[in-house]
Amino acid sequence: MAMISSGTLDRRAVVNALLAERGELAVIAGLGAPAWDITAAGDHPRNLPLWGGMGSAASIGLGLALAQPRRPVLVITGDGEMLMGLGTLATIAVARPPNLSIVVLDNEHYGETGMQRTHTGAGVDLAAMARGAGIPRVHAVRDEAEVAPLRAAIHEASGPLFAQVKIKADALKLVLPPREGAYLQARMREAILGPQAHLA
Amino acid sequence: MDVAPAATEEWPGALFALLKSHGIRQVAFVPDAGHSHLIRRCEEDPDIKAVVLTTEEEGIGLMLGAWLGGERGVLLMQSSGVGNCINMLSLATLHRTPMPMIVTMRGDFGEFNPAQVPMGNATQTVLEAMGTLVRRADHREDVVPTVDATLRMAFNTFRPTATLIGQRVLGAKTFGKE
Repeated sequence: MAMISSGTLDRRAVVNALLAERGELAVIAGLGAPAWDITAAGDHPRNLPLWGGMGSAASIGLGLALAQPRRPVLVITGDGEMLMGLGTLATIAVARPPNLSIVVLDNEHYGETGMQRTHTGAGVDLAAMARGAGIPRVHAVRDEAEVAPLRAAIHEASGPLFAQVKIKADALKLVLPPREGAYLQARMREAILGPQAHLA
Repeated sequence: MDVAPAATEEWPGALFALLKSHGIRQVAFVPDAGHSHLIRRCEEDPDIKAVVLTTEEEGIGLMLGAWLGGERGVLLMQSSGVGNCINMLSLATLHRTPMPMIVTMRGDFGEFNPAQVPMGNATQTVLEAMGTLVRRADHREDVVPTVDATLRMAFNTFRPTATLIGQRVLGAKTFGKE
């Protein structure tokens, strides 16, 4: 099924490119397609795909970035999820963690509920809102050639950074991550903190 | 503005010492008169990241992120803010994340403002409905031991916990009408 989006990029290709040679990167994915996308790129202990808490992905990334200031932290989420927590852009701009990047895969639709149009399909400009909030590095990505520089900027950790990536509104094959939240949390803690994570 | 504890009250300073003794490194809040002393102490401490939120539900996400990265967080809020957190509290249950909350009550004991009553009256019920262990402190001497228990139960048993500091401790604002 292909709905009309102003974007032309393929979401899985973008996510694969952003997660290539990921190094110490920790990744939070908003619920729905972004969680399937990071899993399609290869499940990883430093991935936290969300199954709920819509609107929370960016604030989870903020807490993690503040706790791990020397590690790049990437939040990959959708336009619908970001629209539910827009205030967090202001909170992030004020807290200013340089190692935090928020990438919104913007297909201008709510994918999980049947591809209804989001506000970004009606002209709402998330990149402009991020700039207005005071996020110092903002990328508006429409071309494939802009993806590699975005990946490099994420690893540079001189943000906070916000990127709006305009993608096609394709409904792709589901690639489901584990859905036991305690396992997902514990494995990331162990990957970051070592076995003593469970003795804290 | 709401009612702030008098500068002569000792419990706000003791609460700060308690947060330090529990190794709290991230303190999230929406500005609140009842928590104003504690917030100021946290903002002045170089080892604490004091994070100002636009809405309390961001604090739930923040505490999950902090825990993922090996830091302990706490959320300070007013009872009205609890209503903003309801769905996000599912994150604590789903992931088994320690999420201690310290809530200053409105609409609770001698309230003047009718708008504060519906959420104040529902605060404990909705927190418990979302799996939070709730304890109340209705006398000033109970505040520190109750928050201590709330922090211990969060980090020792991996769940959302809350202390509700009653309006009887804080006093009710009367807008000049006695």
